[in-house]
Amino acid sequence: MVMTKPSIDQVWEWLDAVPDPEIPVISLVDLGVIRSVAWLNDVLEVTVTPTYSGCPATRIINLDIETALNDHGIKQVTLKRQLSPAWTTDWLSEEGKAKLEDYGIAPPQTAGGPTQCPRCKSAQVEKISQFGSTPCKAQWRCTDCLEPFDYFKCI
Amino acid sequence: MGDNSLVLGHRVSEWCGVAPVLEEDIALANTALDLIGQTQLWLGLAAECEDKGRDADALAFRRDVWDFRNLLLVEQPNRDFGHTMMRQFLFDAWHSLVLAALKSSDDSEIAAIAEKSLKEVTYHLERSSDTVIALGDGTEESHMRMQAGLDRLWPYVGEMFLTDEHDLIDVAALRPAFAAITNNVLGTATLAIPTDNFTHKGGKTGARHTEHLGHMIATMQFLPRAYPDAKW
Repeated sequence: MVMTKPSIDQVWEWLDAVPDPEIPVISLVDLGVIRSVAWLNDVLEVTVTPTYSGCPATRIINLDIETALNDHGIKQVTLKRQLSPAWTTDWLSEEGKAKLEDYGIAPPQTAGGPTQCPRCKSAQVEKISQFGSTPCKAQWRCTDCLEPFDYFKCI
Repeated sequence: MGDNSLVLGHRVSEWCGVAPVLEEDIALANTALDLIGQTQLWLGLAAECEDKGRDADALAFRRDVWDFRNLLLVEQPNRDFGHTMMRQFLFDAWHSLVLAALKSSDDSEIAAIAEKSLKEVTYHLERSSDTVIALGDGTEESHMRMQAGLDRLWPYVGEMFLTDEHDLIDVAALRPAFAAITNNVLGTATLAIPTDNFTHKGGKTGARHTEHLGHMIATMQFLPRAYPDAKW
């Protein structure tokens, strides 16, 4: 049986349906961790960059990529780790940032802090801690509605 | 670099679940996680260069005290929270400068690890500086504890700037930049930098670690040593 190789565009579409394991509202493509996809003969090579070097989700992300592609009939997948250029929140898609905000996580801002509370949209916010529930987030609080919220750190 | 991040990463992880407040607990655990992640990169590269069939885990869990090449500063016990944060600040200041220099290394793998790590360490330094200032310029009690931490740890600072034949960069040349950071932060924290520049040495060369490292490693290595085939 001859397997027809799915196009690279098709593969990107499939990968865009794989959710981030910690923040399932955005996809791995939205997150910007998938740097390239290429066929090397019959093997599909996916280049992935970690968000934070110790992020425990990295292993799950790799597993989810392999599983998704296997489910679409691609049996030979190799994952290549790429450290440089280092992942930056600039690679988060605009769609991804909007989805984060809707989900209650303030998207990264170059100014270094959230512009508004993702719940009540007030600009009266203050930092609680540089670190949050995952390496990529910090804890902030709205001084109007008093709700604490996650802020996706800008790196 | 890998032994520094491993030993400090393990030390900081000892706070997990017992830090003074939840936010600090989370921050310390995240810092430890970053450092252990960096360890996997550095020791992974070291194992690859060594080419003797060992991997990062083998280097972390199957070496004895005298084979470790970490700075004496990072193996010092946590003691109180203030002491832990002072150790973190002194290390972060040094670490950020070393990584910035290694980022321009001719070796592309070293440069890539340094580039990745520096982003994380920039956050570490920001947080430890803020905490040292808040506690140093805080209450009488917190000021006293931060000064005690600085006095106890200062004799381990000099070792960070001893360049030897294995160094890829001249670490001694980074001392003025380090002094600029520490003078600024410790000054704002109203803390007095000790004037005696005596320095303990022997961690980086492996010649004379403090007794604390062996105890730490015994805990850290117990599981993979006792159950060599354990998988998780």
